[in-house]
Amino acid sequence: MKKLTRRLALTAVALAALATAPSFAQEKVVLGVATPAATHGFTGGIVFWANQAKKDLEKAHPGLQVIVKTASGAPEQANQLQDLQTVNKINALVIFPFESASLTKPVAQVKSKGVYVTVVDRGLTDTSAQDAYISGDNTAFGKIPGEYLVKAMGGKGNIVAMRGIATTLDNERMDAFNAAIKGSPDIKLLDAKYANWNRDDAFKVMQDYLTRFKQIDAVWAADDDMAVGVLKAIDQAKRTDIKIVFGGAGAKGMIKTLMDGKDPRIQANVSYSPKFIYDAIKLTAEARLKGEKLPATYIIPSVLITKENASQFYFPDSPF
Amino acid sequence: MPQEATKSPRTATHWMGRLHGMGPVIGLVLLLIAGTLLNSNFATLDNAMNVLTRTAFIGIIAVGMCFVIVSGGIDLSVGSMAALIAGSVIMCMNTLGPMLALPVMVVALGMALALVLGALFGLAHGLLITKGRIEPFIVTLGTLGIFRAYLTYFANGGAITLDNDLSDVYSPVYYASLLGVPIPVWVFLVVALLGGVILNRTAFGRYVQAIGSNEQVARYAAVDVDRIKILTYVLLGVCVGIATLLYVPRLGSASPTTGLLWELEAIAAVIVGGTALKGGAGSITGTVVGAILLSVISNILNLTSIISVYLNAAVQGFVIISVAFMQRSKR
Repeated sequence: MKKLTRRLALTAVALAALATAPSFAQEKVVLGVATPAATHGFTGGIVFWANQAKKDLEKAHPGLQVIVKTASGAPEQANQLQDLQTVNKINALVIFPFESASLTKPVAQVKSKGVYVTVVDRGLTDTSAQDAYISGDNTAFGKIPGEYLVKAMGGKGNIVAMRGIATTLDNERMDAFNAAIKGSPDIKLLDAKYANWNRDDAFKVMQDYLTRFKQIDAVWAADDDMAVGVLKAIDQAKRTDIKIVFGGAGAKGMIKTLMDGKDPRIQANVSYSPKFIYDAIKLTAEARLKGEKLPATYIIPSVLITKENASQFYFPDSPF
Repeated sequence: MPQEATKSPRTATHWMGRLHGMGPVIGLVLLLIAGTLLNSNFATLDNAMNVLTRTAFIGIIAVGMCFVIVSGGIDLSVGSMAALIAGSVIMCMNTLGPMLALPVMVVALGMALALVLGALFGLAHGLLITKGRIEPFIVTLGTLGIFRAYLTYFANGGAITLDNDLSDVYSPVYYASLLGVPIPVWVFLVVALLGGVILNRTAFGRYVQAIGSNEQVARYAAVDVDRIKILTYVLLGVCVGIATLLYVPRLGSASPTTGLLWELEAIAAVIVGGTALKGGAGSITGTVVGAILLSVISNILNLTSIISVYLNAAVQGFVIISVAFMQRSKR
């Protein structure tokens, strides 16, 4: 294993040396972007912002070419990486890995060929396979709603929670949420079930919560798509005990509801905008055009969105 | 004479159907007992109605799927088809909304469009499979991708959402009740009854079973195999259309995750219900019980917290396999 890594490293150095020679002649940056396909609202936003970045940046920098690829699974994304490197001859890569572990080797391969790699959001299991890492703040994504609910509920009441898909990212958020409510013994987390960041699943899980628990004061839906399903289920059951539904990630519909004050249950949100892929592409492209490097890690903070600052997080053109 | 000739196999399949039906029924009864023991709220009318209402989508699709599987075919595209129909219907209603004065008219037109689209997609499948001589697995695997990709394209990667005013007019279709029973459950009941009558009491139903058990023999017996096969896919398409009619008013939107894996749930309901995947014989009652069984499992898992949330899918798998095993030993 070690031998292999060393050999890879040596090839990388050799190739980098080769690659730098012609790059003096032409100052062109070919930047590949690999993201998951638009399978739910959030990834829909990722794809939108990636294409938006391509449009804006190619217009601003004539020496830049951006190629966006979307994959519906980890193996497909690994294949796309190979194509980007051998066919499109990219010299910079911004990747939103489909999965952390299974994409680590393929990304390391690309980097070993002298491509500058920026990893976004879902990290790799071996950080030496990347040059820079840009992500949203998952700990804050769980901590902010936890702290907000404790305060809004006056340190007392019943919460039910909804989780996304079983991933490390989801665990991180849940752990942060648990830690935030831990200090308030009168706040009770009744249960937390997976609803897969999906409206339909959230609708069903909420229906069952409503059957099971007679008194629920707040719901941490942990995503705006799930919050939509939660609200529908509450309306159908005509339950009035739920005072707060806290979504997350700032989908435009929810932000609009928050701005207009249309639903008293929607009082706050936490930012985790798919726009960070735009920022990642922009930062990487501009740094590479100047021949500079990015800081090793860059966390885009998640902040509490309330009625006061909601307009800063409203992007009506985005599909998310 | 011909009447007698058809009568005896019919009774035979009827009894076969009954025997096949026992596995899922026993499984369901066991699950119901388990659910009641685990949570006192399980055996309430409200919960039963919740479960039946959410079963309606998959159940209605499964009834159509039963015909396709009995005839020896398969359709992997129903989830994507439902999603694309839902998206198209919402877009159509949003466009018509400002043009027509009566929102009820808009909704009625949207509903009609759902049925027409379903029938057309089914017809396309049927024609490709019979006249184009392509395996059903391949045709519907292809359309699975095509339907979902077009929805994602129309939705620009996000969600297609129904106008609020129209949504208010349309929502009773899902949320209203008749005699204390939600509308989707009534629709499910009617579709299942019609399906049962068509499969067991009509010439078309007999031909479907004949083609599934031996296509060559059916051809020699002067059955218009191609026409019957095309009709089973059209029927399934219409069922998907009906399911979508009920789905759209629930959340009023369609996104690329709408209907994900519905095809597998519908196929599982049919198979758990005692229909052989290789075709030939099948039961609508079994299919309905199978569909209910699948949603009861997830309902019970949501109502309890004794099993690690990571293992939900495993529990579902164990129950499906056990029910199939019970059927095997009953035979």
